Amino acid sequence: MIDAGISFHVSEKGYYGDFGGAFIPEMLYPNVEELRLHYLEYMMEPSFQKEFHFLLKDFVGRPTPLFKAERLSAKYNTQIYLKREDLCHTGAHKVNNTIGQILMAKRLGKNKIVAETGAGQHGVATATVCALMGMECIIYMGAIDIERQAPNVARMKMLGATVVAAQSGSKTLKDATNEAMRHWINHPVDTHYIIGSVVGPHPYPDMVAKFQSVISEEIKWQLQEKEGRDYPDYILACVGGGSNAAGAFYHYLDEPRTALIAAEAAGQGVSSGHSAATTFLGKPGVLHGSKSLLMQTEDGQVIEPYSISAGLDYPGIGPLHAHLATSGRAKFFDITDDEALKAALECSMLEGIIPALETAHALAVFGKLGAKPNEISVVNLSGRGDKDLATYQEKLKLNP
Amino acid sequence: MNRISTLFNSTQEPILNVYATAGYPNFGDTMLVLNALQEGGVDIIEIGMPYSDPVADGETIQQSNQVSLDQGMTVTHLFDQLKNMRQSISVPVLLMGYINPVLQFGVERFCQKCQEVGVDGLILPDLPLAEYQQSYQTIFEQYGLLNIFLITPQTSDERIKQIDSVSEGFIYMVSSASTTGAKTGISSDQEAYFKRIDGMKLKNPRLVGFGISDRESFLKASNGASGAIIGSAFVKLLGNAKNLREEIVGFVKSIKGLK
Ligand SMILES: Cc1ncc(COP(=O)(O)O)c(C=O)c1O
Repeated sequence: MIDAGISFHVSEKGYYGDFGGAFIPEMLYPNVEELRLHYLEYMMEPSFQKEFHFLLKDFVGRPTPLFKAERLSAKYNTQIYLKREDLCHTGAHKVNNTIGQILMAKRLGKNKIVAETGAGQHGVATATVCALMGMECIIYMGAIDIERQAPNVARMKMLGATVVAAQSGSKTLKDATNEAMRHWINHPVDTHYIIGSVVGPHPYPDMVAKFQSVISEEIKWQLQEKEGRDYPDYILACVGGGSNAAGAFYHYLDEPRTALIAAEAAGQGVSSGHSAATTFLGKPGVLHGSKSLLMQTEDGQVIEPYSISAGLDYPGIGPLHAHLATSGRAKFFDITDDEALKAALECSMLEGIIPALETAHALAVFGKLGAKPNEISVVNLSGRGDKDLATYQEKLKLNP
Repeated sequence: MNRISTLFNSTQEPILNVYATAGYPNFGDTMLVLNALQEGGVDIIEIGMPYSDPVADGETIQQSNQVSLDQGMTVTHLFDQLKNMRQSISVPVLLMGYINPVLQFGVERFCQKCQEVGVDGLILPDLPLAEYQQSYQTIFEQYGLLNIFLITPQTSDERIKQIDSVSEGFIYMVSSASTTGAKTGISSDQEAYFKRIDGMKLKNPRLVGFGISDRESFLKASNGASGAIIGSAFVKLLGNAKNLREEIVGFVKSIKGLK
């Protein structure tokens, strides 16, 4: 149910309800302010739109299919569609955003790019567009993630990017983001920071959501073609920072007939002390430039999260999702490592699609959702699982 | 008048502000460090409240923050350590930190505690001007706390004027586009930037921070401003010191050119 008085779109000041804003040091103000003043204008320019859609089509391979998962549907006795973002060039939805942001960087007159990455998907997508546009690319990645996502590190290097290990804190996504921000502070004039999710100071969450909104734009007409109606009963996505979820939800935010379902990484369980389920464990706080829900101690120190999935191993969520969670517009499920692994195996065996570990969290929700036989669900299949094969091999005992 | 403005009005000498991470090198060292700084002749003390994710800080200060947190430092413990600060410390004291621990402590309760122990002002780099004016200014002022804003070489003249109009005490002039401790020394470009700002005839005096580590850079910076701030270089000293009090006193004297 949607309360008619609540808006799910960003306000003039950069807020979604109580969440958002731009809590940045003065060193970043000129860059962020320039972006804030111009991002909508640049995005709307016909030449921008033309280049963006051309690249999404011929470089990324959009539109991505909306595939009816018959055997999964039979198993859960409901109607399940998969939005095949795994078929995007580079293997995940992340590239929708990096295409948009590299075009933005060009219009801002920047010739160098810095980015953070967790699973390495955003890093690969950033390195890819930098190669395409001939821009210098530096990627910060947590030292632990460099180990558990080795294939993506090699891909970034092959694409010409410099990969720098973040050695501070938990050595994962949060720390890579700190380092990328510090790099930007040290190189404010020639560098654009391509944030990889709907996090960061305003206008990043809104800008990234708008670039990713192509996902739900396509779902609308694809579902219309297949089902004769343009909305599903449920739309499901995993939430790390929340960019694939924001893109999948975007055109349904104000659609009362569609329930928004988000899957968070519970790690070893919400109460285990080894979790990344922010909406369950977080309180309002400020990290990486915006006010949102944040896993933190009573003293306001950020808690180091845990998830088997590097892309969900983050102690916050984007401000839009904090608002969707606290207002009740979206329902959040906590999915453990084991549940995600089981769902990944199930999707592979039943549909012939090996999903990313992140995505597997969204698939695992079907065991708990209680969707009725004639109800339609769309899962955003945010990425493919090649990068996770080492983990799958170990955890699913696939070694010869 | 507050202690900070009194200081700026009463001295012609370059003003030295030194940053020290609270609870560092050891949990119980905070007051020892403050007393030694004052004994050496420091003009302003900036106490760093440790934070897990200090994005405006370079490696040295990050690391000291982490050590302090690992030793159990919290906002509550810090106020406890500063409880009787004003029995010995007469120089102005600022707290420097990030907004999240302040939010969790409760903004009003935090300000009240600051006033109680005798803190004069705050430096919160991730609390920007617009948010400050909208949600914090009234409370800060109610408890007599100055909020010190940063400007950088990239800050536009228009914004500098805006920051000047909201500021009281002084403006923190970041010497170059960087995190703390990233660069050392002051170049001629930077000196020209200090002079340019000096020429703007702002109502607030300025202290230069970032990249100041010794008497030479201190004097250069003070040439185009009222003085300077030393952070990383002092935190390094704290991390390596064998005789904490003696070395702190010696360091401050060497910067100030005192015997
Ligand atoms: C395939 C995939 N899905 C989801 C995510 C999580 O990010 P977000 O929540 O921004 O979509 C990642 C992040 O690396 C990813 O690689």
